[in-house]
Formats: sequence, structure tokens, C-alpha cells
Amino acid sequence: MTDKSSDKRAVQIDENLKRVYQEALQEELPDRFMDLLNQLKAKDSNTTEGGAE
Amino acid sequence: MKNADPRDELVEHLPALRAFAMSLTRNNSTADDMVQDTIVKAWTNIDKFDPGTNMRAWLFTILRNTYYSSRRKLKREVADVDGVFTAGLAEKPAHDGHLQMADFRKAFDTLPVEQREVLILVGASGFSYEEAAEMCGVAVGTVKSRANRGRARLTEILSLDDDGAMELTDSATMAVVANNGPGSL
Repeated sequence: MTDKSSDKRAVQIDENLKRVYQEALQEELPDRFMDLLNQLKAKDSNTTEGGAE
Repeated sequence: MKNADPRDELVEHLPALRAFAMSLTRNNSTADDMVQDTIVKAWTNIDKFDPGTNMRAWLFTILRNTYYSSRRKLKREVADVDGVFTAGLAEKPAHDGHLQMADFRKAFDTLPVEQREVLILVGASGFSYEEAAEMCGVAVGTVKSRANRGRARLTEILSLDDDGAMELTDSATMAVVANNGPGSL
């Protein structure tokens, strides 16, 4: 009995965790991340020949 | 084209990385700084990534290492991290019908970070206990007991009873559960 009800609560908790996490996933990404990736890409293509970094 | 650059895949993991960062830091701007650090580290250490392994797990591991090292510094600089965070929460407008969700989030944020991270990894993002154990560098049993303690504590804070007093499940949640739940166990 105890196991069953604590299982049920665990499921409930996890459903809510997923919901909180989903909300965070759906937030719009700040531009800074794409800017950063583009900068890193650009930097790489500039330094390919030297390979120094 | 077998020489696809694994770095091209980074962008796909950014939302998950950010969600994980937010659950650790409980603070958006700190989370974003950590994601930024993680991107740079992942980019420059991409040779250490084994293609064919789980990139998300790899990125999460980098992020949590970043978190734990910055947390040590932050603790010295900002005494009242939690107070700052609480003030931030109060400014957020409540979404309609999401008051209980806010309660849940608040309760979650009171858990020790060790419990928050395993609950997010295992409970929310569908990693197995084994994967989570590897990412956190602890035994599987430790992950399980942290997850169980975290769930028990949330149950206690939210005064859940056997009848499911916390009626938060709606069709959207059920869809998420159906998509992520059984397959990942």
C-alpha cells in the first residue's frame, strides 16, 4: 500500500518536473548564444591555417 | 558526408542546456552565463567529445562542472543568493491557472542542488539513473536515493496526499509524459 501511494506521488512529482522543464525549454533563446556560435565559427575559419589558439 | 562537424549539433541542445542551467542556478542571468561558458568550452574541447555518444549528456556534464566551480566563487561574492532569487520570483507575473505550478517551482527551488539536478536529469529530461550517475560522477544508488529524497521532500512541502491533491496534470503534461516517459526508462 505504502509503496503504491509513494509510487503514485513519485509519478505526480515527475509530471510536474517535466512541466517545469518543458516551460523552460520553450523559452526563447537569447540572441547571445547564436551570436556566440557565429563568432566561434568565424574565429575558427580565420585561424584554420595557423591552428593556433 | 561522414566528416560532419559535431559542433553543428550544439545548437540543438541549447534549449535543454539552458533549462538545466536554470534548474541548477534558479536565476536566469546566471544560467545564461553558464550556458555561454559551456558553449565556449564545448566548442574548444570538441575533440574530447566521442561522436556516437550522447552529446546532450556531454554538454550537461560540462555545464554542471561549470556550475559547481562558479558556485564556489559566487558564494564568496554574493551572500544572499537565495534572497536575490526570491525577490526575482515575486516580480514575475503569475500565469493564469499556474499558481500551483509556481508553488511547485518554489518548492523545487528549496531542494539542495544535488537533489534538483538528479530530479531534472532523471525525472524531467529522461536520462536513465545510470546516465545521471555517470554525469554526476556518483554511484547509481546515490542518484536513486537523491531522487527519492527529493521527491519525498517535495511531497512533504506540497502536502500531497494519496488522492493526488495537486491537480496539475492536464493534456499537455500527459502528452509530455507519454512522449518522454516509458521509452527512456
